[in-house]
Amino acid sequence: MQKIIVGIKRVVDYNVRVRVKPDGSGVALDGVKMSVNPFDEIALEEALRIKERGEATEIIAVSIGPDDAQQQLRTALAMGADRAILVKTDQAIEPLTAAHALLAIIKTEQPDLVIVGKQAIDDDAAQTGPMLAALWGRPQATFCSKLTINGTVATIVREVDAGLETIEVDLPAVISADLRLNEPRYVKLPDIMKAKKKQLDVTDLATLGVSIDDGLKTVHTEAPKARAKGILVKDVAELVDALKKKGLVS
Amino acid sequence: MEFSLSDEQRMIIKTTRDFVTHELMPHEAEVEATGVLRPELQAALKAKAIDAGLYAANMPADVGGAGLDTVTWVLYEKELGRTGYALHYNCVGRPSNILCACVGEQREKYLYPSVRGERVDCLAMTEPGAGSDVRGMKTTAVADKDDFVINGTKHFISHADHADFVILFAATGEESGPRGIKKKITAFLVDMGTPGFVVRDGYRNVSHRGYNNCILEFNDCRVPKSAVLGQVHEGFEVANSWLGATRLQVAATSIGRAERALALATEWAAQRQQFGQQIGKFQGVSFKLADMALELRAAELLTLDAAWKFDQKIATDSDMAMAKLKATEMLAMVADEALQIHGGMGLMSDLPLERIWRDARIERIWEGTSEIQRHIISRAMLRPHGG
Ligand SMILES: Cc1cc2nc3c(=O)[nH]c(=O)nc-3n(C[C@H](O)[C@H](O)[C@H](O)COP(=O)(O)OP(=O)(O)OC[C@H]3O[C@@H](n4cnc5c(N)ncnc54)[C@H](O)[C@@H]3O)c2cc1C
Repeated sequence: MQKIIVGIKRVVDYNVRVRVKPDGSGVALDGVKMSVNPFDEIALEEALRIKERGEATEIIAVSIGPDDAQQQLRTALAMGADRAILVKTDQAIEPLTAAHALLAIIKTEQPDLVIVGKQAIDDDAAQTGPMLAALWGRPQATFCSKLTINGTVATIVREVDAGLETIEVDLPAVISADLRLNEPRYVKLPDIMKAKKKQLDVTDLATLGVSIDDGLKTVHTEAPKARAKGILVKDVAELVDALKKKGLVS
Repeated sequence: MEFSLSDEQRMIIKTTRDFVTHELMPHEAEVEATGVLRPELQAALKAKAIDAGLYAANMPADVGGAGLDTVTWVLYEKELGRTGYALHYNCVGRPSNILCACVGEQREKYLYPSVRGERVDCLAMTEPGAGSDVRGMKTTAVADKDDFVINGTKHFISHADHADFVILFAATGEESGPRGIKKKITAFLVDMGTPGFVVRDGYRNVSHRGYNNCILEFNDCRVPKSAVLGQVHEGFEVANSWLGATRLQVAATSIGRAERALALATEWAAQRQQFGQQIGKFQGVSFKLADMALELRAAELLTLDAAWKFDQKIATDSDMAMAKLKATEMLAMVADEALQIHGGMGLMSDLPLERIWRDARIERIWEGTSEIQRHIISRAMLRPHGG
């Protein structure tokens, strides 16, 4: 296998307690810490491990987002990606547009494998990977928690509601990374210094011939209702009692 | 003026913080409870720090270090300062920059192995009779043919219990100056185990459990002339050209620790309920938080300012003194108020606060006491007026 493309999305850091803007138009992002989507970090870690096993030669990190997403691509380069591509857009884009943009990159790069996070922790859509596979006309394996590669076939253990499912797909394919696939490495200090010198190309949707889809419209954003205060119970008997009182079990 | 962080700085902060959070902090409770950092644990964590490229990151790139500029190095120290000193200093070692003054064989024997983590240094100036007044030291090194013969006692010497060699300062002569007799000081590199040199246990210390200070005794300890670091009689010149930034290290680690204390205090103030509401809603508590945040930010800006000036080669002794003074006094205040906001719980060892509060105490004493820093700042102000 030669090339692996990994999707890297810039999202609000998972530690940040987000606030909804007073006018309900979205989440307040001013001065908020941004990071690589955690599932994308797992996707990249898997690509790095494949390369370290000698099963791939180049890893390309791709992000679609604002100019500042270069920060997240630099992180990907410091983790070990060989080069990076930013598809610059200042608009919020929906999964279908992201999939089209990735497809355009795929057409020029001709990767043997694309790994993305199973979902981004901002909109939790979990659609980009599957849409990309459909547009590309290649197999997909989502929610991957174990990946082995044998020539042109990948074996994937998937986390599904009923438990674990093992499937095989022909490469090239799109794989989406689940939480238990691996534990991403610390970025090493010397690698951070080296990342500055790695290639990071910036392009945009127009150059790639991708138009912005408008199938989705955000109507209103609001914070979840504050949860009612809970009660503490001593043991299971008391718990069952409390549930009965509330009419939740009979 | 540019105050934003570069991508590189952001990543270095993240990697250092991740390492501190996942590798070092989980061992804090053990080190505090036992007062010991087990050698096996230390070795394992040190290996991880070396692998992550965090070890000796303070050193220049041409000797194998990370080659960070001073501002970035301060940001790295700040993250390390979030955890206990024994853990961050003994596992993520920062060899003394003074080793950069090594020449010829000294580089192979002391400098490079220290950067690689194979050898550990300690530095000895202080004596029972010479603390703030370092130049008053009584340890002497007398030239004898091709050797120097060292006699005297050093105390409070950090890390000497596990160091492989000491960077020793001793008097090698006297000269008369405008303010009377002044001792001439020379720096030496002395290996542990050199005949006539013994390391004894130091004192038990309220701050930084798991790390030790020692007493060093020299009785007719003979070292070759090649053990001199820098030039004879120029020990303080070597120290001044390389050790300037150690006060920034104390400042930066103090800021990291204060940040952690403030985060704990903020969370507690938001969660703890008394009189039917969050205690943070009482102005007596919320104004404390505001003052803590304010002092912290002020100390951080002063420290970054001094670091930036150090990089531009325009930092004065006063800049270093102000950063060290402000950051350590801020930490004392923030640690104390964070504990106060926690009430009785703040004193219990179950939370890291009582440790942060104890650990804060030493920072106003070592690397020059608060009084000495004020002395430096005020002298610089008065000197132009003939003071
Ligand atoms: C745990 C620990 C580890 C240490 N590690 C090392 C080490 O590794 N290597 C090393 O060489 N040293 C080390 N030190 C020594 C440290 O740097 C000294 O403790 C410090 O410089 C103060 O000296 P002193 O303790 O003798 O206090 P003194 O100098 O005796 O001071 C006593 C008091 O007098 C005040 N004072 C003194 N002179 C003046 C003045 N001119 N104006 C106003 N006030 C003044 C001081 O501020 C202080 O309040 C360590 C100390 C400690 C506690």
